[in-house]
Amino acid sequence: MNISWYIALSAVLFAIGAGGLVARRSPLVMLLCLEIMLNGANLSLVAFARMWGDGGGQIFALIVMVVAACEVVVGLGLIVALYRNRLPIDIDELDELKDPA
Amino acid sequence: MISAFTPLLAHAADFAEGARPEDPSLWGWVLLLTPLLGALVIGLGYRVWSERAAGLIGTAAIFLAFGAALACLVQLLGMDPEERHILAGFTYAQAFGVDFRFDIYVDQLSVMMALIVTGVSSLIHLYSVAYMKSDMGYRRFFAYLNFFVFSMLLLVLAGNMLLLVIGWGFVGAASYLLISYWYRRSSATKAGAKAFVMNVIGDVALVIAAYLLWSELNTLTIPSLLANADDAFTVSPSATYTAIAFLLMIGAFAKSAQVPLQTWLPDAMEGPTPVSALIHAATMVTAGVYLICRMHPFIEISDAASITAATLGTATLLIAATTALVQTDLKRIIAYSTMSQIGYMIAGAAAAAYSASMFHLMTHAFFKALLFMAAGSVIGAMAGIQDVRRMGGFKKSMPFTYIVFTVGALTLAGFPLLSGFWSKDEIISYTLHRGGYFTVIAAGMYIGAILTAFYSMRAVFLVFHGDPSPEAKELEGGHIAHADPVNPATGELETTDVGFPGADHQIAEREGEMKVAMGTLAFLAIFAGLVQIPGVTAVIEHWLEPVFEDSRYHDSIPSYTAQWIGLGVGAIIAITGISIAYWAYIRKRGVTERWAERFPGVNAWLLNAWYFDWLYDRVFVRPVAAFAVFCNKVIERYVVDGIVTGTTSLVKDGAARVRTLQSGLARAYALTLIGGTIIIALYFVVVSK
Repeated sequence: MNISWYIALSAVLFAIGAGGLVARRSPLVMLLCLEIMLNGANLSLVAFARMWGDGGGQIFALIVMVVAACEVVVGLGLIVALYRNRLPIDIDELDELKDPA
Repeated sequence: MISAFTPLLAHAADFAEGARPEDPSLWGWVLLLTPLLGALVIGLGYRVWSERAAGLIGTAAIFLAFGAALACLVQLLGMDPEERHILAGFTYAQAFGVDFRFDIYVDQLSVMMALIVTGVSSLIHLYSVAYMKSDMGYRRFFAYLNFFVFSMLLLVLAGNMLLLVIGWGFVGAASYLLISYWYRRSSATKAGAKAFVMNVIGDVALVIAAYLLWSELNTLTIPSLLANADDAFTVSPSATYTAIAFLLMIGAFAKSAQVPLQTWLPDAMEGPTPVSALIHAATMVTAGVYLICRMHPFIEISDAASITAATLGTATLLIAATTALVQTDLKRIIAYSTMSQIGYMIAGAAAAAYSASMFHLMTHAFFKALLFMAAGSVIGAMAGIQDVRRMGGFKKSMPFTYIVFTVGALTLAGFPLLSGFWSKDEIISYTLHRGGYFTVIAAGMYIGAILTAFYSMRAVFLVFHGDPSPEAKELEGGHIAHADPVNPATGELETTDVGFPGADHQIAEREGEMKVAMGTLAFLAIFAGLVQIPGVTAVIEHWLEPVFEDSRYHDSIPSYTAQWIGLGVGAIIAITGISIAYWAYIRKRGVTERWAERFPGVNAWLLNAWYFDWLYDRVFVRPVAAFAVFCNKVIERYVVDGIVTGTTSLVKDGAARVRTLQSGLARAYALTLIGGTIIIALYFVVVSK
C-alpha cells in the first residue's frame, strides 16, 4: 500500500486536532484535540517505520504515547483543579498571565 | 614554589646548626632576612605581642642585622682586597630561556652601605622604643620600620638590576606607609601620596634603564654589567648608553629628592620624627648616591649625564640651602638641609668623587639622624609644636639635647675637625680637581657651605638660645608641656584614637634609650671623620678602591696640599657662616625680621621654596585635575554612561514591545504555534522546489 495514504490520513488527523484546539474553548475538548494531533503524528511515525523497515519510528511513537499520557495526567489535573476552585471552565476567561498594561 | 625556597630553608637550617663556615654568603643572607623576619613576626603577631615586646623584637632584629653586617665586613677583611666580592643566590623562575635569580652581591660598597643602614637604623629603633611610647600604632610602626630596613638592604645587596628595582620600589612603599603613618591626618596621607607618586617617576626610569641594559648587554647581574661596561662602550652606539645614564640619573634624583623631583621631601616630614631621621635623612634618600656609585661606569660614559647631574645636584644644594634660611618649621629646616647635603653627594658622585661621596653619605647619616633625633626631643618638649618662632631658651632645660643638637649642627656646618668638615671638603676638592666646568660646581658648593653654616646655627640659636619659651620654663620646673592634639601643620584639632601621635606625646629628653641613641650618634658625628684625613688616614678610600678602580678618573686625585688648602678654605667658610649666624641671631637679635620686612619678595620666594610646588601645581596637578573633571563630566557621563544606559533602555523598550504579545489567551498561543510551524514548513517546501 502506498505510504501517501497514511501520510494523508495523519495530516488530516493533525489538522482536525489543530483546528479543534484553536476553535474550541472547553479545556477538556482541547485536551482531546491535542490527543488527536499526537496520534496523527504517531501514525506518520509508524508508517515511516514500516516503510524503512526499522524500529526507530515505532520507538518514537512509544515515546510520544508516554508524553501523551503524562500530558493527559497534568491536563486533567488542571481541569479538576479549575472545577474545585469554581473557576470558569472556559479557556478564554483564564487569561491571568497576560501583560497587565 | 617550594623549590625556590629550598636554598633559603637550607640557609636557615645551616644557621640553626651553628653556621656552615664554608658558605661565604651566609652572613649576607642573615643580614638581608633578619629585618624581614622581624617585620613578619611583629606584623603577623600584632595581637600576640605586647607593645614593649614588639619594640624589642624590632630593635633586636635590626641589631642582629647590624651584627651580620659586621660579620660580612670581617669576612671580606679576611679575603684578598681584589677578591672581596661574593655573589650568591638561586634561580626563582625561568622563562624565555632566562634565569631570574635572587642574588645578593656582597662587596666593599654594599657592605659599607649596609653597615651605615643597619647601624643608624638600629640606633633609631632604639630611639623609637621610647619616642613612640604613647603612640596608638606602636606595633604597626615597628613592623613598618623593619620592613623598610629589609627593603633598603634588598636595594643595597641586590645582585642584579631586577632585585635592585624591587628594593627600590619597596623602599618607596615603606616610605609611603611611614609618611602616612598617622593616617587620620589628611596632610600626612597627602604627603605620603605625593612622595609615592614622585618616587614612581624614578622607579619607571630605573625599569627602563634596566631594560636598556638588558637589551645592550644581555645580562642584569650587577658584577657582569660592570665587567662588560668598558667593552660595550667601545663597540655600541652611544645614544642608548646616554639614555641609560640619564634614566639612572632620574631614578637617583627621584629617590634622593633632587631638583626637579625634590618637592616631596619637605612634605615627608609629616611622618613621625624617627621616620624622618631614618628614611628621609640617613638612608633611603641617599640611595640615589649609592645607585650612582654602584653603576658609576654607566654614568661616566655620558659626559652630558655627568654634567647634568652635577649641575642639578649643585642647583639642589643651593636652592635647598637658601630655602632653609627662612623656614620656620624645625623639621623642614632639617629636611631642606638633607636635600642640600645630598646635592653635595650627587654632584660629587657625578664628578667621579665616589669614595668622597660615600664618605659624606656616612657622616651625613650620623649627624642628620642626630639632628632629627634631637629635634624630636625638642618637639616632644614643645608638645608637638614644630614652629621655631615659638621655641627658644631650651639650653637650660634640655642640656643634653642642646649639646647633641649643637654637635649635629656644627658638623652639618662643617666646623673644623668634626666629621662633616672632612667629608664635605673632600667632595669639594675632588670636584675642583676635575677642572673645567666642575670649577663652577665647586664654587657653588662653597656658596652652599656658607649658607649651610648659617642656617644650621640659626636653628640652634632660635631653639636653644634667647628667652625661654613658656614650654622651656615649664620644663625647667620639671613639667613637660601638654597641649591639645592639633596638627602642627594646619592647626586643626585631631581625633586621638587610631592614627594619631597620642594625647601625651611628650617625652623630651628624659628617656634613657633616646639618650643612648643620641649620644652614640653624637660620638660618631664628632669622630667618624677621623677615618679619612688627607695624607694621614684613608680608610674608606682604600676600602672602596677596588670598586672604583675601573673609573676613568680613578687616577685623577688632588694632591694632599690641594686637599689641605681646601680644608682650610672650608674651615674659614664654616666659621664665617657660623659667625654671621651668631651676629644675626644673638648679637643683633631681630635683625633678620627687619631684613624680611625690607625684602618681602625675597622672603616669600624662599619661604615657598622657590615656588616649585606652586609651579608643579599649575603645570601638572591642575591640568591633570581639570582633565579628570572633564573625563568625569563628558566621557564618564556621556560615553560610558551612554553605552550602559543605552544597553538597558534597548532591552527595556524591546521588552515592552514583545510583552504585548502575551495576551494570556491559550488559544491564541496555540494558533501562533501552529501557524508558525506551517509557515516554516511551507518555507522549506518552497525552498526544496
